[in-house]
This record gives sequence, structure tokens and C-alpha cells, in this order.
Amino acid sequence: MVARDPHDKNPELLVGNYSYKRMDEDVLSLITQQKKHPFAWYIFLGIGFMITQILLLSITWLVYQGIGIWGNNQPVGWGFDIINFVWWIGIGHAGTLISAILLLLRQQWRNSINRFAEAMTIFAVMCAGLYPLLHTGRPWVAYWLFPYPNVLAMGPQFRSPLIWDVFAVTTYITVSALFWFIGLIPDFATLRDRATTKAKTVWGLLSMGWRGSSRHWLRYEQAYLILAGLSTPLVLSVHSIVSLDFAVSIVPGWNVTLFPPYFVAGAVFAGFAMVLTFMIPIRRWYKLEGMITMRHIDWMCKIMLATGLIVFYGYLMEVFYAWYSANPYELYMAENRLFGPYAWAFVALWICNGILPLILFFPKMRQNLKVIWIVCQFVSIGMWLERFVIIPMSLHRDYLPSSWGMYYPTVWDFGMFLGTMGFFIMLMFLFIRFLPIINVFEMKELLSRMRPGRQAVEPEAASVAGKGGE
Amino acid sequence: MGQLFNPKANSIAKLSLIIGGSLPVLAILGGHLISNSSYNTKVDVPLDQPVPFSHRHHAWELGIDCRYCHTSVEKSGFAGIPDTETCMTCHSQIWTNSPLLEPVRKSYETGLPIKWASGESGWNLVNNVPEFVYFDHSIHIAKGISCNTCHGDVQNMHITWKGQNFTMKWCLQCHTEPEKYLYVDKTRPDLTPREQVFNLYVKQQEDPKMKSLSKREIALLTGTNERYRPSKEEIEDGKKLITERNIKVKQLQDCWTCHR
Repeated sequence: MVARDPHDKNPELLVGNYSYKRMDEDVLSLITQQKKHPFAWYIFLGIGFMITQILLLSITWLVYQGIGIWGNNQPVGWGFDIINFVWWIGIGHAGTLISAILLLLRQQWRNSINRFAEAMTIFAVMCAGLYPLLHTGRPWVAYWLFPYPNVLAMGPQFRSPLIWDVFAVTTYITVSALFWFIGLIPDFATLRDRATTKAKTVWGLLSMGWRGSSRHWLRYEQAYLILAGLSTPLVLSVHSIVSLDFAVSIVPGWNVTLFPPYFVAGAVFAGFAMVLTFMIPIRRWYKLEGMITMRHIDWMCKIMLATGLIVFYGYLMEVFYAWYSANPYELYMAENRLFGPYAWAFVALWICNGILPLILFFPKMRQNLKVIWIVCQFVSIGMWLERFVIIPMSLHRDYLPSSWGMYYPTVWDFGMFLGTMGFFIMLMFLFIRFLPIINVFEMKELLSRMRPGRQAVEPEAASVAGKGGE
Repeated sequence: MGQLFNPKANSIAKLSLIIGGSLPVLAILGGHLISNSSYNTKVDVPLDQPVPFSHRHHAWELGIDCRYCHTSVEKSGFAGIPDTETCMTCHSQIWTNSPLLEPVRKSYETGLPIKWASGESGWNLVNNVPEFVYFDHSIHIAKGISCNTCHGDVQNMHITWKGQNFTMKWCLQCHTEPEKYLYVDKTRPDLTPREQVFNLYVKQQEDPKMKSLSKREIALLTGTNERYRPSKEEIEDGKKLITERNIKVKQLQDCWTCHR
């Protein structure tokens, strides 16, 4: 059975002989039956769990000892902590783009990947949030970041982009979590109805009395659309504000108006790379190739290609800007990037983010999962290097040659970074175990439009009316 | 499939929304009330001392000047806690057998502080600011800030208590609008701002019922200056005093003024 988009020659969104029942079986039984989980699940959950211990150790030692254990020092006051913060926040952006913008644009292909990507958003923001919190050095007074009435008669400095960051990130995680939860409610109800054990009560509580009546669906659609509307500006605003942390300052290489759009494109680029990194093995282990088809992967690669090109344009413009500004400090910044002590990072960045993703121009390469997966790894590395190039490389040599220096991360910097990666992996594999990784009811809706004898309904007309529940 | 939840569940669900929404508000409000209560701040709570020294008796009934004991208040940051010898200037002559003064006499005999001499607890500090706050008594007196503005009506305390909760917000009230707290007795233009501070106590001694005193003066003497709303004229006068006394208001709000 094949859903056809008239504008597309290769449109499979659902491959195989699916029925509503089989969809439930394929996705929801992952939650009810431990047996369905392959050996790889145990391995990766175990690895994630063990690396999470490194994170806990790093945080404990950090809180006990202070951030002197990190490599941050004059002149490089922002090191791994800010690099990793920006990296993780960026990774979250694919989820929001898929769930919000693609929903508003009525892109049917988001249905099978949105749940997965939204989970990644939330977990990535959780990892990201740790860094600025710990970077403050005194996380126990983190509430000082918020404007609240206090006996000091002091509040945050609203002219600083760092405080805009606090609001951007807290809004982001709140809206993302709400969006995720609301989208889960109909699936929770299906789980409740299928459950035979005491877990029934848990699903019953989580589904908040969902009975699938048309009034419920109407309200669900409205709530979901409102949240999508709220999230859409967030896709652009969160990383724009993160980029303003740099762009508002006067450091050569930071003070560039190009930063907001180029950061947003980079975020989506990194986000899709991370989604594909997880999705390619998981669709295979859990035999979800029928729902997450090569078509989905092809489209995701195209988005990566497009955003990757924007990012590459940004790199070129940075060099152009340095030359065109005729500012000796900006010029030196470009020279230092190309020939300075960290030139290897800059060259690696161009290769990882600029050159290698160009391979996705070839349709055949977009069908080769191994190639895609490897490209995604390079993109993830590249996006990390991008922040490395921007942050320590701009700081380590700025205006005064007398205050130049090098940045050396310590073992605790690496410990934190590795630790958050482990934490992320652990959360992802727990998510796979305990929540439906594919939006089952939206897939059923898609299936209902593809029933034999029924023409594909125009998406606009179908969006509200087309969902039938169980 | 049977019913999972009984009809009560609907009410519980709705209730949980109300509680979930109001709980953070109540928690913050409750925290605010508790942290500002005298249980936490110790404002208005008399503090036990090794010798039950009464400010009311000494400063009001006997009319001893503050500076007789707090000798360095005009000259240094620290107002000074009197030493045993200061007590003994009088108490070697009067109340020489009072059991209440036993710790003082012991201290005088041994030459040790009361804490060590009598084996009892030493004097308990009533007013304290954290170490990262630099407070200087002399400058406040020199610019004519009454003792009672910060310390409450000490001349009426039997056992001394804290007059105000020294929060930064509280300090900043005066550091942003000093005109509201500056006072001058217009009938005594001969006095310097420093002498104005102590002149007020003399005026109170002369008129114990405070009938001839202005509302402003009463507020200062009773330590309710903070709640007193000065009239427009008084604020205008205060602004003049700022210039006269050469108070640099902008500087008062610099971080380093208090955090050095």
C-alpha cells in the first residue's frame, strides 16, 4: 500500500501491508513486551547508564571544587561549557522544526518521526541546560537568574543577552514538553485500552480521561495547533538568542549580524544529523522500515543539505566579512583561524560541515544508509567544531597581543561532555522502552486516507475531520 | 473493559489542577512570610545577655549620652562596645553589691572579658551585617542619620533587640532617596549635622511626652522613620540638606560603596 503525493515520483510514506492492528502491534508492543527489545537495547542502555555515572561524578566534583577544575581561564573564559551548551541546544531544534513548522505546513511525512525528534529535543535541552547552570559556578543560587522580588532589591540585567537566554531556554523546554505530552495523550489512551496489567492505571492517569470522542479530537487539534504556533517562533528565536550571546559583544569574530540566521540553520542541520544518527539503527532493530521509510530519510537528508549549505555560506561570509570590514582585528581573526594554532579545527570544520555533506546532492547517496550515517557523524563533529572555532578561537587572540593565550580543556571538561552524551543515550533508550516511539494515531490517520477505494484526501480538509480514533 | 476510575476521579482531577496551580503561589507567599517574620529576622526579639543591661534605664531614665559607651561611633566604622572599665566608672561606686553585676566585677578583677571571666556566655551581638558588607558608623553620623533610623528606639528597650532587618533592599531605600531620611532642627542652625543627631535626644529629655516635637522628630525617636511619609516640604528640605551636607547620591548606589 502506498500513499502518493501527486508532486512526488517517489512518495512512499508507508511501505508494507499495514492495518490499524498491525500498527498497534508494531509500536505499542515495544512497551508491553520486553522480549521485543533486541540485544542492542540492553547494550546501549547499559553504555548510556555507565557514562551517566561519569556525568554525575563530574558534576559532584565540580560543585565540590568549583569551576577551577575546568580549563576555562583568561583569556578564554568560555570553553567547553558554552560550546556544549550551544551544541546541545542546536540538536534540539530538529524536533521543534518537525513538530511545529512541518505541522503548520501540513507535511504528512512528519507523522512517523515527530515523536522521536521531540523526545530528542527535550533530552537535548536537558543536557544543554546543565552547562550554563554549572558555568555560573554556584548552581544552588540559580534562581537568581530569574527576576523575582528579593531582599537584595537586585534583579537580572535585562540588557544582557545572557538573561534573554534564560527566558529563551526555559520557554523552549516548557513548550516542547507540553507539545510532546499533548501529542502523547491519544497514544496513552490506546495503551490504556490495550493494557492487561496494572500499568493500566498509569496509562489511564496519563491519558487524562481521553475517550476519543469527536469533541476530544476537536480540542486536541486546537491545542496542538496553538502549541505549534507557539513553537514555530521558538525554532527561530531560541538559537537566534543564543547567537546574540556572541553577536552583541565586541569580540572579533563574534560581532557579526549574520549570526542569528546562520546559527538557526546550523541548529537544524545538527538536529537532523542527530535524529538520523539514532533513527537509522533504531528503525532497523525495531523493524520500523515500513513506517520510517527511505522516503523519510531522503527528505531529512535534503533538509540537512539545505541547512548545511546555509551554514557553509555563513562560513564563507565570515571570511568575506573579515576582509570587507578592513578592520585589522577582524582580519587577524580570519588569519588566525586559517593559519593560527587552532587551524586544524577550522580546516576540519570546513571538511565536516562544508564539503562532506555535499555528497547528499546525489540521490543514490541519500538512499545509502551507511553513507548517510557516516555523514551525520561528521556533521555532529563539525557542528561541535563550529562552536569551538567561534568560542575559544575568537577569545584566545583578540585585541591585545599581551593577553593572548591558549585554551586547554581538562579531563573534567571531557568528563562532562562525554557524560551528557551518555545521559542523552540513556534517556533515548529509556524513551524507546517506555513510550510509543511513533505517533501511532497519526499513522493510523495516514493509513485511513490510503484505504483502497478511497482517494487521498487533500491534507487541508483532512486535518481536523480525518481522525477517527480507534 | 470495566471502568478504570470511579466518578470521584473527575473531581480529584479538577482539584489537582487548582492545587497544582495555587501551590507554588502559596509556597512562595508562605516562604516570604516566614523569612520576613521576626522568627527568622529576630527583629523585635529581645536577646539574652550575660548581664541584663537596660538601655532604657541608662539612656532614657538616667540620660546618658550614647557616645559615653559607644565611644568610637563618630570617628570610626565600628561604634564600639564598651569595655568593663567603662561600666565600672559608675558601678565601682553604685550598685556595688548587685548580684546582676557579678560578671562585670569578675571581669574587672581578673582583667578578662566577661565570657572568660565568669564562664558564662559572652555578650550576644544584636546587630550584625555580613562580612561582605562594609558599614561605617562615622559617615552616617557625620551626615546626620539618626541612630534610631537603623537601631529602633533603643532608649526605650530594657533588653536590647534588633530594630530593623538589615537587608540590602532596606539599606537601598535610604541610599536611593536620602532626602526622605535627612533631618534638621531649624531652630538650631548652629549645630552641625553630627550634633543634630544627638540634639534630638536632648529635646526628648526636655519634653518627655514629645508634645512640642514635630511628627518627623517623633518618628525618628520612636524608630518608625521608615514608615513615616515625609511631607513635600520636608522632602524639599531634605534635598537642600543633600547639597548642604555634600552627599553624593549617585555614589551611594555604587556597588563598592558597601561591598569593598
